Amino acid sequence: MPQSPSPIVEIRNVSFGYDAARPVLRDISLDIPRGSVVGIMGQSGCGKTTTLRVIMGALRPTAGTATVLGHDTVGLDTAGLYAMRRKMGMLFQFGALFTDLSVFENVAFPLREHLQLPEELVQDLVMMKLHSVGLRGAAHLMPTELSGGMARRVALARSIALDPQLMLYDEPFTGLDPISFGVIVRLIRELNDSLGATSVIVTHDVQEALDVVDYAYFMADGKVIAKGTPDEIRASSEPFVNQFVNGKLEGPVPFHYPAPQYDADLELAS
Amino acid sequence: MNRSTIDLWVGVFVAAGLGGLLFLALKVGNLASFSTADSYTVNAKFANIGGLKERGPVKSAGVVVGRVAGIRFDGESYEAIVTMNLEAKYQFPRDTTAKILTSGILGEQYVGLEAGGDGMMLKNGDRLRLTQSAVVLENLISQFLFSKAAEGKPQEK
Amino acid sequence: MLIGALRARLERLGGTVTSAIWRLGFASRFLFYLMVHSGTALHRFRLTVTQIYFAGVLSLVIILVSGLFVGMVLALQGYETLQRFGASESLGVLVALSLVRELGPVVAGLLFASRAGSAITAEIGLMKATEQISAMEMMAVDPIARVVAPRFWGGVISMPLLAALFSASGIFGGYLVGVQLIGVDAGAFWSQMQAAVDWNHDIMNGVIKSVVFGVAVTWIAVFEGYDAPPTAEGVSRATTRTVVTSSLAILALDFVLTALMFTGGNGK
Repeated sequence: MPQSPSPIVEIRNVSFGYDAARPVLRDISLDIPRGSVVGIMGQSGCGKTTTLRVIMGALRPTAGTATVLGHDTVGLDTAGLYAMRRKMGMLFQFGALFTDLSVFENVAFPLREHLQLPEELVQDLVMMKLHSVGLRGAAHLMPTELSGGMARRVALARSIALDPQLMLYDEPFTGLDPISFGVIVRLIRELNDSLGATSVIVTHDVQEALDVVDYAYFMADGKVIAKGTPDEIRASSEPFVNQFVNGKLEGPVPFHYPAPQYDADLELAS
Repeated sequence: MNRSTIDLWVGVFVAAGLGGLLFLALKVGNLASFSTADSYTVNAKFANIGGLKERGPVKSAGVVVGRVAGIRFDGESYEAIVTMNLEAKYQFPRDTTAKILTSGILGEQYVGLEAGGDGMMLKNGDRLRLTQSAVVLENLISQFLFSKAAEGKPQEK
Repeated sequence: MLIGALRARLERLGGTVTSAIWRLGFASRFLFYLMVHSGTALHRFRLTVTQIYFAGVLSLVIILVSGLFVGMVLALQGYETLQRFGASESLGVLVALSLVRELGPVVAGLLFASRAGSAITAEIGLMKATEQISAMEMMAVDPIARVVAPRFWGGVISMPLLAALFSASGIFGGYLVGVQLIGVDAGAFWSQMQAAVDWNHDIMNGVIKSVVFGVAVTWIAVFEGYDAPPTAEGVSRATTRTVVTSSLAILALDFVLTALMFTGGNGK
């Protein structure tokens, strides 16, 4: 893994909570090295999406620092935040395509909003981006005419329209059929390497994600509980990680939600 | 939806909307029928104008010939001065009488002009000398009651 | 215990009032921000033109048809009453003044709120629920400038035009019933109308009302959409709230505006 001196994302001792009594993130630290594909994994509600929102600057940590692409997100104003986000691309869980625009206009959207390009150039760029996700032929369709997998590929083309340095993926594998899944996995890797970008994948599909990433952080209850290469994670003796990676029914995360005694609920107790 | 189709429809909509406004202004309102450019102003003093209002009609022989432009109180004579804009195409003799009349029993009050026989015509800024005030219902009733009372007094004695 | 219950009631009342005021302040800040960031909507006017299409053109049929029927009913009812006083010639005045001063702006505003206002709220709310708004923010595009402001201006431009068309269509409906069906003299119908309806006093005040209603309805619609919880239920509630709040706002504003326009000005 190519390790450059300064990571693209550097999170140091970050804590966050909507109110002081229930912290969502507790003193997490993570580095995302340049050029790598890094996974942030864990159960739903473990704080991984919150971590992503800290990276994209949508949330200010209550303690600690988050340095993204050289910007300190804590002290950033709106203009600075937008300047930072122009160097980032994000794939939302269900694509978040603009339903009132065609596929072509969706991909053209960031180009039209940020650059004053002649129409022929926009045409060429959009077609190149759509070609890279294999959907050049779908340019004229509306988002409602696309399958879930295709919509996500269009969204991917849109998020790379401005050649981002950092790509963020929010649950990119959810609800995909096996073929679309394979396509997305390949695209994430290919685009990362061809763009020279860095990618962060936030997901709970642990086994699938471990096949894609170079490095993984495992979160539970607002803390990073394990980190390492996919092989190290798979071999981890941490009971939580072990349960999650192997999909075991019982472990630190119980099958049963906390409840009173079973026989009491069934009124069997004498 | 095609861009040019949207443009076309929005164009039709805005044109229709402005057309509707124009219709209201010209056909429904009185913007066209009355402008200050071709009118002249005269005024008249009345002891009582009743319920006459600004923009009320000025009629002669039942035809609207102008509008009440302003009403103010004259502190010296304790009378009301009514300014009227008359359309330039209607000329009236100088001894025209102005009366405050009511259309119907409960209708709106207006200024009625009755032409005299003078050879000289009214000019801009002239004053109508002959006026007749509004009939105030309360005064009529009290007059009637007083006269009844006066009739009744001798019999009482 | 009675005091306790009373106290709980009062607390709830206070809470409602406080949150209502807080929401109004939030909505005002939102409007201010929207105004400041309207550059895109006016500079790239095509964005606004598209929204005039959705707010205005698509409301056209309901406005014209409703206006026609309201005018026809006014003529029927008005004739019934006026002929008792032998004043059926004034039918044109009655129809025109009712429409131009009151019914045009108010009914067009209510129809606009339920047709275009609810659509604006639902659209913005769904964009939020499907993360389109977040996606836009992630692309460093201000969604208020790009999505909200064009819809706001599209609505504000459409509403006075719709109200004028409603009045015009209503007067035509009144003409159809009054003159063509009942047989009121056409000359008296139009000339009495023209003599009584004043451009500044009646028509312009009606236009001012419709502009105010347009601002109120579209403001409420975009705010409710932008403020909606990003779920299907949240969006549907916000849509309902848009229709209810903006209808009440129209009627309340109509009273205030009528009081300002037609009592102070006419009394002198």
